[in-house]
Amino acid sequence: MSTVIENPVEQGKHLEELETVTIRFAGDSGDGMQLTGTQFTNTSAVVGNDISTLPDFPAEIRAPAGSLPGVSGFQLNFSSQDIKTPGDQPNVLVAMNPAALKVNLADLEDGGTIIINTDSFTKENLKYAAYETNPLEDGTLAGFRVHKLPITTLNMNALKGNVELSRKEIDRCKNFFALGVLYWLYDRPMEQTINWIHEKFAKNREVMNGNEIALKTGYNFADTTEVFTTHYTVKKAQIAPGKYRKITGNEATAIGFIAASQLAGRPLFYGSYPITPASDILHELARHKNFGVKTFQAEDEIAAVSAAIGASFTGHIGLTGTSGPGVALKQEAIGLAVMTELPLVIINVQRGGPSTGLPTKTEQADLFQAVWGRNGECPAIVIAPATPADCFNMAVEAVRLAFKYMTPVFYLSDGYLANGAEPWAVPEIDELPKIEIKFATNPENFMPYARDEETLARPYAIPGTPGLEHRIGGIEKQHLTGNVNYDPENHHFMVKLRQEKVDRAANDIPTVEVFGEKTGKVLVLGWGSTYGSIASAVEKLQREGKSVSSAHLRHLNPFPKNLGEVLRGFETVIVPEMNLGQLCTMIRARYLVDAVAFSKVKGRPFQIREIVRKVEEYL
Amino acid sequence: MSTNGKGTNGNGHKEILETSVSAESDGDSVARSVAPPPAKLTKADFVSGQEVRWCPGCGDYSILNNVQKVMPELGIPREKIVFVSGIGCSSRFPYYMNTYGFHSIHGRAPAIATGVKAANPELSVWVITGDGDALSIGGNHFMHAIRRNLDINVILFNNRIYGLTKGQYSPTSEMGKKTKSTPMGVIDYPLNPLSVAIASEATFVASSLDVDVKHLGATVQAAAKHKGVSFVEVYQNCNIFNDGAFEYFAERNVRSDNMIYLEHGKPMIFGKNHDKGIRMNGAHPEVVQLGSETGLNENDLLVHDIHLKDPSVAFMLARMEYPAFPQPVGIFRAVERDTYEDMMTDQIETAINKLGPGSLEKLINSGDMWTVE
Ligand SMILES: Cc1ncc(C[n+]2csc(CCOP(=O)(O)OP(=O)(O)O)c2C)c(N)n1
Ligand code: SF4
Ligand SMILES: [Mg+2]
Repeated sequence: MSTVIENPVEQGKHLEELETVTIRFAGDSGDGMQLTGTQFTNTSAVVGNDISTLPDFPAEIRAPAGSLPGVSGFQLNFSSQDIKTPGDQPNVLVAMNPAALKVNLADLEDGGTIIINTDSFTKENLKYAAYETNPLEDGTLAGFRVHKLPITTLNMNALKGNVELSRKEIDRCKNFFALGVLYWLYDRPMEQTINWIHEKFAKNREVMNGNEIALKTGYNFADTTEVFTTHYTVKKAQIAPGKYRKITGNEATAIGFIAASQLAGRPLFYGSYPITPASDILHELARHKNFGVKTFQAEDEIAAVSAAIGASFTGHIGLTGTSGPGVALKQEAIGLAVMTELPLVIINVQRGGPSTGLPTKTEQADLFQAVWGRNGECPAIVIAPATPADCFNMAVEAVRLAFKYMTPVFYLSDGYLANGAEPWAVPEIDELPKIEIKFATNPENFMPYARDEETLARPYAIPGTPGLEHRIGGIEKQHLTGNVNYDPENHHFMVKLRQEKVDRAANDIPTVEVFGEKTGKVLVLGWGSTYGSIASAVEKLQREGKSVSSAHLRHLNPFPKNLGEVLRGFETVIVPEMNLGQLCTMIRARYLVDAVAFSKVKGRPFQIREIVRKVEEYL
Repeated sequence: MSTNGKGTNGNGHKEILETSVSAESDGDSVARSVAPPPAKLTKADFVSGQEVRWCPGCGDYSILNNVQKVMPELGIPREKIVFVSGIGCSSRFPYYMNTYGFHSIHGRAPAIATGVKAANPELSVWVITGDGDALSIGGNHFMHAIRRNLDINVILFNNRIYGLTKGQYSPTSEMGKKTKSTPMGVIDYPLNPLSVAIASEATFVASSLDVDVKHLGATVQAAAKHKGVSFVEVYQNCNIFNDGAFEYFAERNVRSDNMIYLEHGKPMIFGKNHDKGIRMNGAHPEVVQLGSETGLNENDLLVHDIHLKDPSVAFMLARMEYPAFPQPVGIFRAVERDTYEDMMTDQIETAINKLGPGSLEKLINSGDMWTVE
């Protein structure tokens, strides 16, 4: 196929309507699968589907081409219904090479569809993927609907002679050919992606043309070829009217903190040291200097948090961000911020641990680290967004609490939230909470460790304020004066006071909501990114008439005031977590409930059906 | 200390927990200042009133005294001055200065100061650190804060020992030194703080002595005036754990022969009779005798130039050590370079000029958007 058909004509193929489709794009790290998945997602969002995504990439930037560790995947769930997860099992697998097939086949639903680039099934690639025989021929794929397409060849034929690109460069366009095929197959418009190609490659016309031709040819090929007899459509979702934006957790986090800075009227200072999966927050914030954002790429995580503390001391919004290993390094300095009672927000985009662990995979195993991971009695507020879009709200919340209570606040995101995307109902500015930052200015009777009666926060007196010169530090402080003090009674008092201050934040946070009946057989309690799977599983069971409710914590220290009462309303409390039961341990200790931990520590989010099955054991 | 567990604090604040302690219960005075500062400040204005708790005879007293004396000369209002320190005897310093102060954690003062200065470039920011604080646990921050060239002043109190932890060797302790943790002698080669600073691209590098009141005051003042990072190593006697560590050149009656004051624009002369000097022999410095016997005079000597862009000569001087050379003391290097905070401010201004001041409305309403009717 060497010419481009501008206006594909319907050739009487069958169009079938589906409610929800889960596609996984898989290929070599160099095959552009993240980009392909993202384009499909953006288009689906814009045509009005509800969407949820799960990118899954290897830790190595470029593992050997064709190798198993080099496989990069992107899963997208799109629907005409309200969906909360990227889907348990793909219905469709796009496999650009044998390794991608090998790694992902087990996840595909029985009878699922596979689209394969047969050109890549060479002897050599089969060997890299540890296939002894060719899976296209040995019956491995029996029971699936397999579409074998020579994508590399088709793409080469389409572009050769039409663009001034080398063979290698032409090959790099083949993901757009595949995307074109899928656009036809799922009845998506190409316009969004074409606009994107025009913008992205404006400076390189040949690449621009190549990608555009590949996309359109893929579309037309699918339309005309005998391979596909049916294509599918997924209608608009019934979403509340309003403006929407597709957003990942890391984007929402960055934008949320900028918003908090704007709402507070104080500049944002972000100290960070690059680490997966948190680096994108640094990249994003660095692009928004016109908001007065100061980004500081430090020499290590200790310097990053220390500089943020210095900035907080000076009246900026001191923010630092990292992943688990980086938090381990920051803890001593966070203790300093607890002792000096300075506002500070610590972002932890959790990943698989311990140590370097699974750098590109998700986990929730740093809850204890946030709540209890420092020397001494060292309380900090801990909050966690529930979905990618919720990252925005919780960023604002983190800043609000840090400044109101003059204390460090942990913001626990994770790899799944960070890279996953969903539609975000863009708020109106005046709906956003106000953040009030009060500086002390009056030298009369000024005492750096005096207390606000309600919050127990100490006054915030920043350098530059005449008459309020004072010294703070990590040595125990005398109540009120803030002088160095080693008195045993004072220490006991101050330890309790710092705890009480954090505890009082419970007066200032929403109570936890129960989805479903307030009493019953099972309550599924979650925190962080498990929200989507838990809510979907519980909704499903509720539709079946089961006595199951769910509740989701966004504040983990202190807990919402009504949590104990909520827990006591149920015979069994199940706590699904991507750790060995950290929240579960906390609520058992705190409320003496016989809660059940449901652990999954595989670097992957819970599937809906996993939770359904677990709950069914207790019904 | 009143420990009745029920005291009220008498300051109009309600009781906060069941047990409360009284503010007046300790001997320490309140860390506050009431009256606005008078036009010309005096040394007394910079004394915080906190009881100074160094060992009697410690070299830190002299440094404190000198810094307090120099402060009014700088003409900076007290509220615009921030002292940041790490941990160590030396790092208690900020408590004694009636300015803003932050006694932080071991080794991290340069990083905290970076945040302070970047957040508010108007402040005069001082880092007080020790040889252990700056060069062991804080080595990384020390090096990076210096290379960034923030306009901050770093004063390193080098006593070649860990004072606060009671006498272990430090990264500047001599080879073979017997300390509590090295009963058979130190076996790690020491670092030279000046050469570390120069290698880290410091734009101002100087050394001085705790006991040399005049020189120390002038050096601190020069450091304060320098725009960009200023590094000052002060040889400080710890009379408890490393007494007399610098006597071999700092003792009054050997100073003129064993030490050389570096003076910008002057030939490098030293000795009781001003009859010895440093000259270059090829790429190496050497000590020469001046006078009729050798036929050498001032014109043959190296003329000290603190403004050389190339740091090689400063580095070479920093490597001179007694007894092969007199110990050099003074300003090694003072060059101009853009500061980190200025460049940060510039980038923000450039971004505002290019994109307009940030609009939250626009920010959240960008990216892949669609409307559901
Ligand atoms: C994380 C941490 N590790 C160790 C210490 C113990 N410590 C306090 S001061 C110090 C050494 C201080 O030496 P130096 O910086 O030379 O200061 P000096 O007391 O000599 O002025 C050590 C090891 C600490 N406070 N924190
Ligand atoms: S131990 Fe040494 S450095 Fe520390 S206060 Fe005493 S004399 Fe000074
Ligand atoms: Mg020391």
